[in-house]
Amino acid sequence: MKHTLSVLVENSPGALARIAGLFSARGFNIESLCVGATLDPTLSHLTLVTTGDDAIIEQILKQLNRLVDVYKVVDVSEGEFVEREMVLIKVKAEAETRAEVLRMCDIFRCKVVDVSPKTYTIEVTGPESKIKAVVNLLAPIGIKEMACTGTIAIQREKKNP
Amino acid sequence: MSKLAGKQIIVEALKREGVDVIFGYPGGAIIDIYDTLYQQTDVKHVLVRHEQGAAHAADGYARSTGKVGVCLATSGPGATNTVTGIATANMDSIPMVVLTGQVPTALIGNDAFQEVDIVGITRPCTKHNYLVKDVNHLPRVLKEAFYIARSGRPGPVLVDIPKDVQNAKTEFEYPDEITLRSYEPTADPHIKQVEKACRLLEQSKRPVLYVGGGAIAAGAHNELLELAKLTNIPVTMTLMGLSAFPGTHPQSLGMLGMHGSYCANMSIANADVIIAVGARFDDRVTGKVDSFAPMAKIIHMDVDPTSIQKNVKVDIPIVGDCRKALAKMLKFLKDTGISGDIWKAQHNAWWEQLTAWEKRHPLSYKYDPNIIKPQYVIERLYEMTKGKAIITTEVGQNQMWTAQFYKFDQPRSLLSSGGLGTMGYGLPAAIGAQMAFPDRLVVDVAGDGSIQMNIQELATAMEQKLPIKIIILNNQFLGMVRQWQELFYEKRYSATDFQMTPDFIKIAEAYGAKGMRATKPDEVDKTLKEGLEHPGLTIMEFIIAREEGVFPMVPAGKATTEMLLV
Repeated sequence: MKHTLSVLVENSPGALARIAGLFSARGFNIESLCVGATLDPTLSHLTLVTTGDDAIIEQILKQLNRLVDVYKVVDVSEGEFVEREMVLIKVKAEAETRAEVLRMCDIFRCKVVDVSPKTYTIEVTGPESKIKAVVNLLAPIGIKEMACTGTIAIQREKKNP
Repeated sequence: MSKLAGKQIIVEALKREGVDVIFGYPGGAIIDIYDTLYQQTDVKHVLVRHEQGAAHAADGYARSTGKVGVCLATSGPGATNTVTGIATANMDSIPMVVLTGQVPTALIGNDAFQEVDIVGITRPCTKHNYLVKDVNHLPRVLKEAFYIARSGRPGPVLVDIPKDVQNAKTEFEYPDEITLRSYEPTADPHIKQVEKACRLLEQSKRPVLYVGGGAIAAGAHNELLELAKLTNIPVTMTLMGLSAFPGTHPQSLGMLGMHGSYCANMSIANADVIIAVGARFDDRVTGKVDSFAPMAKIIHMDVDPTSIQKNVKVDIPIVGDCRKALAKMLKFLKDTGISGDIWKAQHNAWWEQLTAWEKRHPLSYKYDPNIIKPQYVIERLYEMTKGKAIITTEVGQNQMWTAQFYKFDQPRSLLSSGGLGTMGYGLPAAIGAQMAFPDRLVVDVAGDGSIQMNIQELATAMEQKLPIKIIILNNQFLGMVRQWQELFYEKRYSATDFQMTPDFIKIAEAYGAKGMRATKPDEVDKTLKEGLEHPGLTIMEFIIAREEGVFPMVPAGKATTEMLLV
C-alpha cells in the first residue's frame, strides 16, 4: 500500500544521502521524494512516498527514526491529509489542437505559463490522480517534455477541536 | 580562555572522554595530530601495522571494557583500510570513535592526493559520521561522537577532520553534557509492557530466555542471572550473547542457531514463551523464519526499536535498556510473591524434556588418539584456564568450536565478530583487550586461514610486549567453506584446500615470539601448558584432523530442528 511520509530532518550535509541510502540499502521503495525549507532554517522538510505492507512501513518508520539526523517522522497517510504535486508539461499545440489544449487547461484549471508557435507549456497542480488524468488526456495530442515535483503533503487539522 | 588548534582540541577531547589508549597509523593528513600526541603522555598511542588492525584493536578494547574504543587513521587508503573494522563494529553494536585525517578543505572534491570521501563510504556502516569543515564545530562534534557511540544501541562513529581544520585555532570549550533534539537514545521500558510480559510468563509452561549481545552491552548479566534463578527458566545465548549468562550454570543450554546445541534449538522449537533479551533474530539464529518457534509467544526487549518486529512477529515488545527492563520484570515478579518452588513445579515437566534432549544429543565429538580433534584443544584450553581467560576468535570453524566448547562465565570474555563475520579480527582484537587488561590471560583462537589475514599485527603485539596467546587450529583448509562444500557441493573443494601453509613456528620466531607445534593428541596438554605459562607472546599450532566438521549444523534456510548431528 502507498504511504506518504512527512519527515523533518536536520538541515545538515549528508542528511538526504543518509535517508536515500537507507532506502536503497534496505531495499525499500521511493516513489517520490521532495525536500524543502521550513520556517526553522536548521530543519528541512521532506515528503516521501513509498509502498509496502504494514511490516515494511513499520520498519521504514523505525529505521528513519533511528537516523541521528531525523527529528520527526509522521505517516500522514494514516489520517486525513492534503497532498499536491506540480507538473510542467510542454505539449504540442498546432493549428488543429491549440484550442483543444486550452479547453483542457480550462477544465482542469491549469495555467499556461509559456507559449510558442507550436507548443504550450502548462502548469498543473493537484493530487497525483489529477496529474495522471491531465497527462493521459494530453498524451494523444503530444507531450514533448514534462517536469514533475513529486508529492508534498501536510496533515489536515482537526475540524472539531 | 585560551585558543587551541584543532589537533590540540582532539587530544584534549580524548582526555576529557577518559580515553587512555588509542590505536592508529600515521600519514600526511593526520601528521599534525600525531605531532600533538607526541608531546603528551596521558593518551597512549599504539602503532599498528595496518589500519584494519587499528579498528579491530579499538573494537577489542571496547568489547572487553565496555568503554568507547578509539582509532586514528590518515586520509585515503588509511581511512578505507578501517572500513572492514568499522562495519564489524557496526554489525555487533560496538562503541567506537574513528578519527580520520582528510585533505585540506580547499582540496576536497578535487581528487587530491590520498583523498577519499570516507564519510560517504562509511555512511551505511557507521551509526553516524561527520566531516568537520570548521574548527569551531570540532569540540561539539567530538562530544557528540562519543555520546552517540556509547548511548542507546552503541555503534561506531567516524569523524573526518581536514588538515587545515586540525591546524586552525579556536576558543576551546568542551561541553559537559549534550542533548540532541533529533536523537533520543534511551526509552525507559514501559511498565505496562513489563507487566504484560510477566503475566504471560506466569502462565508459561515451556519458557526460554533467548539472550543476545544487547544483554552484554547493557551490563544486564546480574539481573539476567537473578531472573533466571528465580523463575527457573532455561537460558540459551546467541554467539554475541555468550558470556552474558554463565556457561557453567545448570540452566544454560549453550548457544542456539546454525551451530547451536540440539537442546537449545529444540527448546526454541517447542517453547510456549520466548523472552528475547537484546537479540535481533538473525538468520543464523532463526534458520527458516516460518518454522522458528512456531508455538511461542514472543517477548522482545531491545533498546533499538528497529530490531523489534524486523524478522519475526513479536507479541510483547519492550523498548528500552535490557538491564532496566529485566530489573523491572524482576521486581514485578518478586512483588507477585510467587516463590521459587512454585516456579520450579511449574517448569518441572519442561526441564525433564530439556534434560532428555540434552542426554539424547549432547554437544560432542569423537575423540581420536591418533589425530588432534580441534574440540579437544578447546576443551583442554577451557579446563586449563578455568574459563577465566578473555578469548578472541577469528571467523569460521575455529570460532564455532570455541563458542561450543569453551564455557564463558564472565561477561565480556568472548570477543568475536558475530554479525559481519570478519576473518582477521581475533589477533588485533586480542591486542585491544590485552592493552585494556595487561594482567589477564588473553587468547586468540584462530584457524590457519584467518590468522594470516592480519598476521602483521604480531609486530604490534611484540612492540607493546603483549603476552597474547595464539592458538592456531591448522587443518590446511578454509575449514568452514570446505565443510559447506563437503555437505552441499559434493566435496568440490574449490579454492579451500591450501597448497601452501607457512611455518608458523618460524613466523613466531621471526617476530621474536615463542612458536610451538603439537601434532598428536598426547602433546596437546604439554603444548597448552607450556604455551600459556610462557611470559611472552606464544603461537601454539595444533595440526588437527583435516576434515573435522562443526556439528550440530542447521543447513542455511532450513528449520532449526533439521540439524545435522555428529
